[in-house]
Amino acid sequence: LTPITRLFALSLVALTLMSCRGQTSEKPPVHPNLNMDFQDRFNAQEENSFFADGRAMRTPVEGTVARGNLRQESEIFEGLDENGEFVDYIPVDVTRDFLERGRNSYEIYCTVCHGGTGDGRGIVMTGNYGYVPAPTFHSERLRGLPDGEIYSAIANGVRNMPSYASQIKVEDRWAIVTYVRALQRSQYVPEEQMQQFDVDLAELRSEFTEEQ
Amino acid sequence: MAQIFPKWANGAPKRILIGAIVFLNAAVFGVWYFFSPEFTDVGYAPEQPVPFSHKVHVGQLGMDCQYCHTQVAESKHANIPATQTCMNCHSQIRTDAETLEPVRQSWETGEPIEWVRVHMLPDYAYFNHAAHVNVGVGCESCHGRIDRMEVVYQAEPLSMGWCLDCHREPEKHVRPVSEVTTMGYVADNQLELGLELVAKHNINAPTYCQGCHY
Repeated sequence: LTPITRLFALSLVALTLMSCRGQTSEKPPVHPNLNMDFQDRFNAQEENSFFADGRAMRTPVEGTVARGNLRQESEIFEGLDENGEFVDYIPVDVTRDFLERGRNSYEIYCTVCHGGTGDGRGIVMTGNYGYVPAPTFHSERLRGLPDGEIYSAIANGVRNMPSYASQIKVEDRWAIVTYVRALQRSQYVPEEQMQQFDVDLAELRSEFTEEQ
Repeated sequence: MAQIFPKWANGAPKRILIGAIVFLNAAVFGVWYFFSPEFTDVGYAPEQPVPFSHKVHVGQLGMDCQYCHTQVAESKHANIPATQTCMNCHSQIRTDAETLEPVRQSWETGEPIEWVRVHMLPDYAYFNHAAHVNVGVGCESCHGRIDRMEVVYQAEPLSMGWCLDCHREPEKHVRPVSEVTTMGYVADNQLELGLELVAKHNINAPTYCQGCHY
């Protein structure tokens, strides 16, 4: 080997090694000092081989109540009044912020199926994935639903819709109910009311037909 | 009298000197380059029990990050979704897919799915997701373009130097809180906006030890 080829080969090896940086690999990272990386305690969602199911997080015993988590008010936590009927009002203060919070949560958890306007045409429904179609919120029946029943749908699920109790907190569930109500209102404004706000209905209609 | 050193020893000091310089340079460069977390940590993409694709669920279906990682704005720990979250949809969608067998198994038996964790911070470093998400550090800034990942890999080194780069100059990275889960967000005037947001959210990123190490 001439010195030139040797130099060339060396730089080629160096270049090849350097190009490995940032490449994906299934091998775990090399940490030379692992003294305290994995300590003898369990973090959330870690593995604990002591238990049969291998989970470090244990399920609380059924019927136990954590301090500050009594959940006695059935109208807030279940949407039911004292007779066991669905309440027809939102049992929390409805503010602009609360509505915004509802929009935010709705767009995270509900849009996928129910669609941004609540017409039941979310991507899971329009994409032909074989999910049972979600009903539109803009039908006579759903406009007449008591607020508590919408809450219960989120908390307990209905027919093919699973319960979202583990994903959406109680307050956010009511925020979503508020936002669904706002959505229903937005799609169902009587003509006189629209005129009150100086909306040119003829122009809107022509725009709509053009879009179709 | 015979010579102690042979003739070739005349050139030895020069060779030793040059060799030492080359060797030291190579060693310093090698350690700096190949022993850094950017080389040892970035790109870790273990095989998962279920080939979950963020590319499909986020990129294609447009799901928000928080649909599954629900606790990220409230908890220090950004949760891996429970099997129940998978079954929200997969009780009806692709119910016969072979790749989803572990999910259905987990649903029937109650045994958890054994996901492999990609982003591992040592236990002596305390990291809080909520503290970052609520002041406008986007998912993308630390986890990369998750919406384009078929298999999740570690996109950033997660080393202390990398953390501190941002803690010293958060204005270069913060975004409006409403854009935290937006992938591919770019601000035209990042520095200007960043400074505004840092003032607005009263961001005082800790650069002292107790901030993370207690």
